[in-house]
Amino acid sequence: MSHGHMAHADHHVHPNDLDHHGAHDGHDHHEPHFIFKYIFSQDHKYIAKQFLVTGIIWAIIGALFSVFFRLQLGWPDKTFPILETFLGDWAKGGKLSPEFYYALVTMHGTILVFFVLTAGLSGTFANLLIPLQVGARDMASPFMNMLSYWFFFAASIFMFVSLFVQTGPAAGGWTTYPPLSALKEASLGSGVGMDLWIVGMALFVVSSLLGGLNYVSTVLNMRTKGMSMTRLPLTVWALFFTATLGILSFPVLFSGFVLLIFDRSFGTSFYLSEIFINGHALPHVGGSAILYQHLFWFLGHPEVYIIMLPGMGMASEILSTNSRKPIFGYFAMIISLIGITVLAFLVWAHHMFVTGMSPFLGSIFVLLTLLIAVPSAVKVFNWLTTIWRGNIRFTVGMLFAIGFVSLFISGGLTGLFLGNSALDIQLHDTYFVVAHFHIVMGVSAFFGMFAGIYHWYPKFYGRFMNNTLGYIHFWITFVGAYLIFWPMHYEGIAGMPRRYYDYSAWESFKQFVSLNEFISIVVIIVFFAQLLFVVNFFTSIWKGRKMTNQNPWGGTTLEWTTPIRGIHGNWPGEIPTVYRWAYDYKDDGNGGDFVAQNIPLREGEEGH
Amino acid sequence: MSLTIFALVALFFIIVYQIAKASEYAGLLRGEEKVKAQTNRVMAWLLLSFFILGVWGIWQCNDALIGRMLPESASKQGVNYDNMFAITLLATGIVFFATQALLFWFAFRYQSTETRTAFYYPHNNKLELLWTTVPAIVMAILVAIGLKNWYAITSTAPSNAQVVEIIGKQFNWLIRYPGADGELGKRNFRLINDANNVLGLDTNDKHNHDDIVNQSGELHLVKGTPVKLIIGSRDVIHDVGLPHFRYKMDAVPGITTSIWFTPSISTREMKEKTNNPNFVYEISCDQMCGKGHYSMRGTVIVHDTQAELDAWFKAQTPDYVTNFGPKTPVKDTASAKPAAGSGKDTAKTISMK
Repeated sequence: MSHGHMAHADHHVHPNDLDHHGAHDGHDHHEPHFIFKYIFSQDHKYIAKQFLVTGIIWAIIGALFSVFFRLQLGWPDKTFPILETFLGDWAKGGKLSPEFYYALVTMHGTILVFFVLTAGLSGTFANLLIPLQVGARDMASPFMNMLSYWFFFAASIFMFVSLFVQTGPAAGGWTTYPPLSALKEASLGSGVGMDLWIVGMALFVVSSLLGGLNYVSTVLNMRTKGMSMTRLPLTVWALFFTATLGILSFPVLFSGFVLLIFDRSFGTSFYLSEIFINGHALPHVGGSAILYQHLFWFLGHPEVYIIMLPGMGMASEILSTNSRKPIFGYFAMIISLIGITVLAFLVWAHHMFVTGMSPFLGSIFVLLTLLIAVPSAVKVFNWLTTIWRGNIRFTVGMLFAIGFVSLFISGGLTGLFLGNSALDIQLHDTYFVVAHFHIVMGVSAFFGMFAGIYHWYPKFYGRFMNNTLGYIHFWITFVGAYLIFWPMHYEGIAGMPRRYYDYSAWESFKQFVSLNEFISIVVIIVFFAQLLFVVNFFTSIWKGRKMTNQNPWGGTTLEWTTPIRGIHGNWPGEIPTVYRWAYDYKDDGNGGDFVAQNIPLREGEEGH
Repeated sequence: MSLTIFALVALFFIIVYQIAKASEYAGLLRGEEKVKAQTNRVMAWLLLSFFILGVWGIWQCNDALIGRMLPESASKQGVNYDNMFAITLLATGIVFFATQALLFWFAFRYQSTETRTAFYYPHNNKLELLWTTVPAIVMAILVAIGLKNWYAITSTAPSNAQVVEIIGKQFNWLIRYPGADGELGKRNFRLINDANNVLGLDTNDKHNHDDIVNQSGELHLVKGTPVKLIIGSRDVIHDVGLPHFRYKMDAVPGITTSIWFTPSISTREMKEKTNNPNFVYEISCDQMCGKGHYSMRGTVIVHDTQAELDAWFKAQTPDYVTNFGPKTPVKDTASAKPAAGSGKDTAKTISMK
């Protein structure tokens, strides 16, 4: 992307005013060095691509892990030479060792929750869309923005390296509860692999904070003329609240990790008390393993909303654009986002109902948890009303947005079972939980991400992804995901515990052997459909059908007023002024069916 | 073999990719607008069919799996769970079918056509109020039912409850019965010795002298008598999972947790009910605890009568007697290693079962 002549816009804050090492000095117009243009780029659009591509690579790894451990679950008495090809000693004779099974399960969760659905989702779309949709030349601090990606990259290095250490990666579940994760004696994965995991996660938290602070500042301070908060697209509102959630909750997770490091390596007893392991009584007394759970879930619960909200914002946008109708209930959507954001901080202990907590405390969390279902329900009803009496165009992005709503309904409703403690006693740590969070996070949120990728791909690369491959990807994944996770609810209702390597020796659970096999087969097929998506994504960068129209979807928001080939500074001339809200899908008096945000009001037209 | 599979998969990908590319070109030739219209119709039909097939699939799945669910609750209190689950299922089921039906019907019904225009309908506050208050009321009802049950579950155990201790460790359950004096003696983790004192019983505490320790994780209860479980852990967090009784509780090192319930169906009765002579109530570990997490299996034997349970107790030897009592003539092989850890006088090391 060439620098181009930056016209004198109403631009007040020069992106590089805040730099110390002004790698890219905007005042002289010579081309920046390759390293600062393509590696340490400070352009939000480029950083978005960095997050996206890194996220996709991690997604392949995380999904591949699930294929490996589903081979064990589907065929517990068979061996698979391919496992030994990939994993060597960890799968001697073609059978996963129990330690490595647990390592795979752990890293699958860690990778997908944090590295793909947080960094790869928020990082990508906040970066691409916030400056473009609020009407800014770039983020509030492009330098911090660049750092947020490179801290993510550094975190990735540590996580990746941890996969290859001799004692194996962390293996105590992505939740890494102590004492299991604190004591090297308790598990191979609690050795060096756990140290690397913690360092990787600490760097990840830094990355998230750097990004989040930028997103909030940009939304609050750098909106273009006429772009009041109540004219912002819902995508921006959703990303704004996502960043808020992260800023306030990630530091608590960080503190949990710091205490864990101390317990692991410096002899403290924050989480440890009265332990006898490996033939020795440990000296630790007075700590509480439950403390870690509070610190972890204080982030953990907002985290799942950090994962859901961007998809909600994007789905609102994509459903509206492709129905040629305003999003129904714009203000109600904002209020429900606020409701979800606030309540997200108040429900964390619903993950801890069976820890022996005070019953009274438990009941407070039940009340708040079921309360959070209300704004979520409002959003679903508003989405339905958005497409009602629309003029619907089924682009690939639109299909994923519709699938997003369907999956959010399915996964969200099972949350009502789990949030009610008297039911959770039975369902906790069973496959009912696995089914629930996979449908909401693993599929619904992913569908939000896919919808965004297909819809905004032209903005990323000036080309379209192949539609045929896109439709195939959608249908295989949509049908496959339901085939995988719907029957799992039954396993959970029957009490089948999660995180088990083998169910054959259990009188109570061995009746699901054939079902597990069926699920594993579908998993493999769905995995390959994702590879189809990856091939489509990368080949379309160079071979995709070119964008000829600046606004291919007929959207009202500002990103579609920028040139097809993105330029540094986004608009070649002045930044557009905004005159209306983001959802004027109505007759423009000229044969068109929408009015973009930057079109002035006609005579007699009422503003919004 | 792996190579062949890789090659076949790669070939399949290439074929699909080429077909997709070709279809894009064909579309361009036929005229983009026409293709878009046709694709749109196809997708609309697919979405509607998905919903219809989906409902059929839900039905089939239920038919296939409903027979593999748990039998009726084996605890008196668990019946409340089953009822509450059914009510929640009814409420969520109605919402599920209604919303999914609308989603897919609207998608089909309002597909883009030559003549359609979208209806500009930005908001309706009455509707928002309606669908905020109705869910709120439904939630309130679910919360009320749930909390009533929650307070019952977490209430104090009745005074006539049989007290049993379960301690988790990597990777089995240790169960301790209070013996004839009805009281569990003190434990001290520093006294633990895997050779002869797996629970760290303080031998100075007389209440320990009649306690029965079972290392094979066999929990003996009797139908009709409430049981209070005192739960703990020696090393990492475990969880005592009792799916048939509709209970579970974390076992956390450093604290004790507790649950109570009344078994209502004996093992013998459940064997008949399920038509399965191999039936046994199992204890599953329900909190990730390491590589043996999946193998931490315990069993629950629910006796028909107190007399049966008493007879079983009589046949057990208290742990203290086995490990610290006066020397008894050696029946089986005894380990040559002297006992360690208790610091008291000599005690023979006899291998426990």
